[in-house]
Amino acid sequence: MEKMQQVVGRARAAFNSGRCRSLEFRMQQLKALERMVQEKEEEILAAIKADLHKCGHNAYSHEILGVLGELALAMDKLPSWAAPQPVKKNLLTMRDEAYIRPEPLGVVLIIGAWNYPFVLVMQPLVGAIAAGNAVVVKPSEISENTARLVADLLPQYLDRELYPVVTGGVPETTALLTQRFDHILYTGNSTVGKIVMAAAAKHLTPVTLELGGKSPCYIDTDCDLAVACRRITWGKYMNCGQTCIAPDYILCDPSIQSKVVENIKETLQEFYGEDVKSSPDYERIINKHHFRRILGLLEGQKIAHGGESDEASCFIAPTILTDVSAESKVMEEEIFGPVLPIVTVKSVDEAIEFINCREKPLALYVFSNNKKLIKRVISETSSGGFTGNDVIMHFFLSTLPFGGVGNSGMGAYHGKHSFETFSHRRACLIKDLKMETTNKLRYPPGSQKKVDWAKFFLLKQFNKVRIGLIALGLLGIVAAVVIKNHQSVLKRKALLIVLAVQRLGWPSVW
Amino acid sequence: RGRLRVHLRATWLSGKTRPMEYRVAQLEALGRFLDEKKQDILEATASDMGKRRWGPEGLFELGLVMERENFLTSKFWPFLQVTQLDSAFIRKDPYGVVLIIAPWNYPIHLFLVPLIGAIAAGNCVIVKPSETSKNTERLVAEMLSCYLDNDCFAVVTAGVQETTRLLENKFDYIFFTGSASVGRIIMTAAAKHLTPVTLELGGKNPCYVSDTCDVQNVARRVAWGRFFNAGQTCIAPDYVLCSVEMQEKLMPALREAITEFFGSNPRESPDFGRIVGDKQFRRIRALLCSGRVAIGGQTDEKERYIAPTVLADVLPSDPAMQEEIFGPILPIVVVANMDEAIDFINARPRPLAIYAFSCDSKVRVLERTSSGGFCGNDTLMHVTLTSLPFGGIGNSGLGKYHGKFTFDTFTHHRGCLHRNMGLEALNALRYPPYSQQKLGLLTATFEIKRKGTCTLL
Repeated sequence: MEKMQQVVGRARAAFNSGRCRSLEFRMQQLKALERMVQEKEEEILAAIKADLHKCGHNAYSHEILGVLGELALAMDKLPSWAAPQPVKKNLLTMRDEAYIRPEPLGVVLIIGAWNYPFVLVMQPLVGAIAAGNAVVVKPSEISENTARLVADLLPQYLDRELYPVVTGGVPETTALLTQRFDHILYTGNSTVGKIVMAAAAKHLTPVTLELGGKSPCYIDTDCDLAVACRRITWGKYMNCGQTCIAPDYILCDPSIQSKVVENIKETLQEFYGEDVKSSPDYERIINKHHFRRILGLLEGQKIAHGGESDEASCFIAPTILTDVSAESKVMEEEIFGPVLPIVTVKSVDEAIEFINCREKPLALYVFSNNKKLIKRVISETSSGGFTGNDVIMHFFLSTLPFGGVGNSGMGAYHGKHSFETFSHRRACLIKDLKMETTNKLRYPPGSQKKVDWAKFFLLKQFNKVRIGLIALGLLGIVAAVVIKNHQSVLKRKALLIVLAVQRLGWPSVW
Repeated sequence: RGRLRVHLRATWLSGKTRPMEYRVAQLEALGRFLDEKKQDILEATASDMGKRRWGPEGLFELGLVMERENFLTSKFWPFLQVTQLDSAFIRKDPYGVVLIIAPWNYPIHLFLVPLIGAIAAGNCVIVKPSETSKNTERLVAEMLSCYLDNDCFAVVTAGVQETTRLLENKFDYIFFTGSASVGRIIMTAAAKHLTPVTLELGGKNPCYVSDTCDVQNVARRVAWGRFFNAGQTCIAPDYVLCSVEMQEKLMPALREAITEFFGSNPRESPDFGRIVGDKQFRRIRALLCSGRVAIGGQTDEKERYIAPTVLADVLPSDPAMQEEIFGPILPIVVVANMDEAIDFINARPRPLAIYAFSCDSKVRVLERTSSGGFCGNDTLMHVTLTSLPFGGIGNSGLGKYHGKFTFDTFTHHRGCLHRNMGLEALNALRYPPYSQQKLGLLTATFEIKRKGTCTLL
């Protein structure tokens, strides 16, 4: 507890010193992070392999590529993201400066997950640093090799006080959550998500919760089944099913169920060969606890393919279940494993209803040649994100916000969305101490005429005839006052005002 | 209550609020409510807040007319719906059944502005007006149902206990305006259901006045902001920070401004309000024993009248500096210079607004502090520009609204990607079995697309 207080306290003092405010400093830290990922690539891949039995190709493309992309984007765009953004003004604020100023929040906490242990702390970290915050990083203790590596590497490359790494399990995380942060980004499950939000509520800390759920995958009868099944197989069994946006279960018409199974079986053969266990490209379940949990879901199910397992190595073969009942255990919780249930539905209506009477998922997938059908499913359902005719891919487009809704989470990040998540958008209005005459409209004593004027300035629309006359009058008054007080400056400013007003579309008011 | 929510949820699932035409029709009905019931609204808010004339406070009430207009302008709609990025787009999906809890100080404005956004976003809405502004609460409860579709929109009247029970239900979004302590309770209740929230809270908004200022204009703007609605404004300048010389100069200027606004006896001015309730009156009156009363200080318990008051030489330890005042009392705390003022501000919780009056150094105050919003050389005005987001930070709140930000608050931004069924060959790089060659190709493809927004996998 005390240790956490010290770590967070030091980060806060470092933040208050103001050194992470400058763009140069942030760029420097991002560059250092990039160097770290490039120089220590081997160590990173080795750690991920030790945790998840993940081959180099997968580890590189799932975890390192994404981080390098985010870093490149952030370094390229930082000046424009961090610049004050002028906003549209009304007549009343015509002469003023009005803009939104992105500012750092302060000290933010990033809690990572074990399934993509590197990218899930690094990607938010990039955004948090870019936004000018101090960041406390807490990688998941379950992926212990990566956690240890992150704890070793980060202090070697980044400012040690501003970006500390905290390791540990539940007790350490609980202690950490009693501290005050200015934002918490948590990736994990809904149960812990609630605990994080409740802890955050004590300090009124905003949160981004990247949770999970059962992401449905609807296969229409009108689609290229071979292609669809290949893509689904890839997304489902990558990382041994331990992906928050993996297609959790399939919904399809009973008439195509066996063809779906056949296609997936063929693809599995193509991907992993005859003996999946000996394929270097197939991962393992993270630990015995989850191994047993997932096996438990197979009880009483019709196994159309797979089902083999080996506890010693936490191996579970790619498995397909058919004719799964909606009430069975495998349909109650997020599977997070290489088990793919197929639930049959007789129509897209039934599929939509099925999806809607469950918690909103993190992702939703639809395979169909019929664009209208896809549009319909999107508009009649809700989910964190969506990919049509593929799976997972919306995650890789950093222009799309990545996040959940309802039980699958709140808030979003990736690309610019990360920067915005970790920034405060401060509204700024800078006025002049002069031009007091227009202000008289708002001061008491009140009158109907004053209200009418206020409407005019704020709404830019009102009784058009009256406005014409009143506006003329006002121009006259303003002109008179301005002439009286600022003879010399007047000429320049009057011209500017007239031009500005013209540009604002004054004619439309008449 | 539970039944009401279930009913609304059923309507929500039926998809009734999705079509644009439906939302526009409801917003137009709201407009009719404002037009037709204007007199009733005026009377209700007047008896709640002691406002006896549709005066300057009307500015804020008008703000919501403005908001509504924004949403009804046809230009706005397509922009709000979907952001197109080739075959990738961001959909603005409604959340479902949302709860809006409104406070008593601007009882119409502060539920109507979020309501407009929530309706435009396609949600079903439960509104809970404040039980403290009783007349407005009754008006809203009775009349809103005559204008809006009762299957989708409902008003719930509730005190503290019933609100606690209401919060046990699951909502898809909660929008709360009020105090930080209740804000914590709301967020804790929301956490049980993983409900996202916007909390518009408050704090002590500092107002720094530098020595390089036209004192009369400053005094007017500060007095206007402070005594608006008898000080019961979340963004009112809560206290002034200035040098001892400036305090000397400000005093007569403030006196003059107050007389200009409310006459020599503010009690008789129809433009000066009253404190909303006895409890609040007593709380604010207790703050008078801070520093010394330089202007005003008179009170009348029966009327819940507190005169526009300025306290001089207030110390940081005085009662008036321990809590958000939310009343017509303006303490002046003397500081040596701007640096000391900035340190003073930064040593305290981040406020909803910071004000700085200066001819040259207001931006320095802006850059070295943090707050929800900032206004240089004026008070309150930044919230009248709906292109600026309105919200707090830290103890002063989380989330933001006004204008398009309200719409964005009540929508889930759903990232959607449409892929082609063809071009399957391109996907080969991502499928196992993996070889060194594949990885090489992958890395090469990445290098080419490095500055782009999509990695080809």
